[in-house]
Amino acid sequence: MTGEQVMSWVIKPTVFLACLLPLGLFSFNVISENLSADPIKDATLFTGDWTLRFLLITLLITPLRKLTGWSRLLRLRRMLGLYAFFYACLHFLVWFWLDRELQLGEVIEDILKRPYITVGFSAFVMLIPLAITSNKFSIRRLKQRWQTLHKLVYIIAALGILHFLWLVKVDVLEPVIYGLILILLLGIRAWWDRQSRAS
Amino acid sequence: MLIKTKNKNDIQSSEITDPEIYKQRREFIKQSGQFALAAAGTLAAPELLAGTLPPIAPRAKIEGVIKGPYSTDQKPNKYKDITNYCNFYEFGTGKRDPAANAHTLKTSPWQVAIEGEVEKPGVYNLEDILKPHTFEERIYRFRCVEAWSMVVPWVGFPLADLIKRFKPTSKAKYVEFTTLFDPENMPGQRRRILSWPYKEGLRMDEAMNPLTMMVVGLYGEVLPNQNGAPLRLIVPWKYGFKSIKSIAKIRFTETQPATAWNTSAPREYGFYSNVNPEVSHPRWSQAKERVLGSGFFAKKVETKIYNGYAEQVAGLYTGMDLRKFY
Repeated sequence: MTGEQVMSWVIKPTVFLACLLPLGLFSFNVISENLSADPIKDATLFTGDWTLRFLLITLLITPLRKLTGWSRLLRLRRMLGLYAFFYACLHFLVWFWLDRELQLGEVIEDILKRPYITVGFSAFVMLIPLAITSNKFSIRRLKQRWQTLHKLVYIIAALGILHFLWLVKVDVLEPVIYGLILILLLGIRAWWDRQSRAS
Repeated sequence: MLIKTKNKNDIQSSEITDPEIYKQRREFIKQSGQFALAAAGTLAAPELLAGTLPPIAPRAKIEGVIKGPYSTDQKPNKYKDITNYCNFYEFGTGKRDPAANAHTLKTSPWQVAIEGEVEKPGVYNLEDILKPHTFEERIYRFRCVEAWSMVVPWVGFPLADLIKRFKPTSKAKYVEFTTLFDPENMPGQRRRILSWPYKEGLRMDEAMNPLTMMVVGLYGEVLPNQNGAPLRLIVPWKYGFKSIKSIAKIRFTETQPATAWNTSAPREYGFYSNVNPEVSHPRWSQAKERVLGSGFFAKKVETKIYNGYAEQVAGLYTGMDLRKFY
């Protein structure tokens, strides 16, 4: 097999399935009644955590490609980004349907009044155009603008982590860890950018 | 100890306990046997097992528990839910962390220091603190500040009875409670997420209210560590964090004590923290609560002022601006 075939027939399908593992594990916990007394909260935390994780993993691809020189890694980026969107959709659904019980009035009030929900919801809304334009057709159509548009993901990740930071009660350890990883991932890009401009 | 004869109308604990609990107890005995075997044979990762087994702690029945007043007729939550969904940051900030970690708490021997504006200060053994009291079961609603609630069959006695024994002086306007400080056995205290040791406080009239309880048990059995063994407070008309766990010190003061959450985030957690659907937490509404234990489609219910105990406690706050004194 050529490197291209390994990517298409082995690595991509494997990563595709691996990305479903968190959902599989959660479903197993639902079936085996291994959730807490508040399964809605469990589902909210689980989907939120994995949205942030997939956003960070997606942002890891570019630096990883640069460090390893393995350019085919880029072929995984779209899928990982779409998985971030997938878990974000689940997160939104759990919140809107199970937690807020489809009370549209309450949801709108929450979005307007509660800063952590304002930023979280904004991040989710911004993900939508990225998901819609994550195809070859859009890339060709939008040309340079596609690049610009998809830089939104930096803001989305930052807002997502801010959403997490603002909702915890006192223990900020986890959101701070996510934040540091994001700073590292963005910092390395900025540094490379400066270097390439200097040379 | 008061000798109380059993009244014909007293509910036996077996009538209250969910049949499921009995099944669980049997299951527990079976499983703990298997667990002992596994532990003896190998050093199997206990944290892996902890997720599927009930708390590995002796579950001892408390004898002579009578039926107390003020019980709700709502159905109590399952033992499993009450003991596996706890906020006890001394053992971690996850809801299941206390159940997994609180076994390190040494509840015996246990001493309680009585201090401050009181005629009989001293450090007392827990046995001496408890000896004169008759334990009663009271099924109370429990409303967390995080907008969820449970119904819990506590075992204990009125705090007022304890306070009277130590004779607070006329200067005693407040009671301050302090949890044990023991970072070695309370791993959560190694990180300063709250100002350890955890402190809570009540105004004297709140402490003397007949609803306020000192709790030593749950479902007719000795309180599990993760729920605040060996001695905790229950103030059912206030948000749960007021009901401090594992009490090591009770101090009577003239001024309002500094309490843990109030110190940490004064805008979010007031000294009073009475359950009040009208006064939102700055980050979420308190108008409704999710009654835990009914799965994914548990309907939220409207939260009641003073958690439904207005009849007993509304008088304590007459004339007070509840938005200011939240």
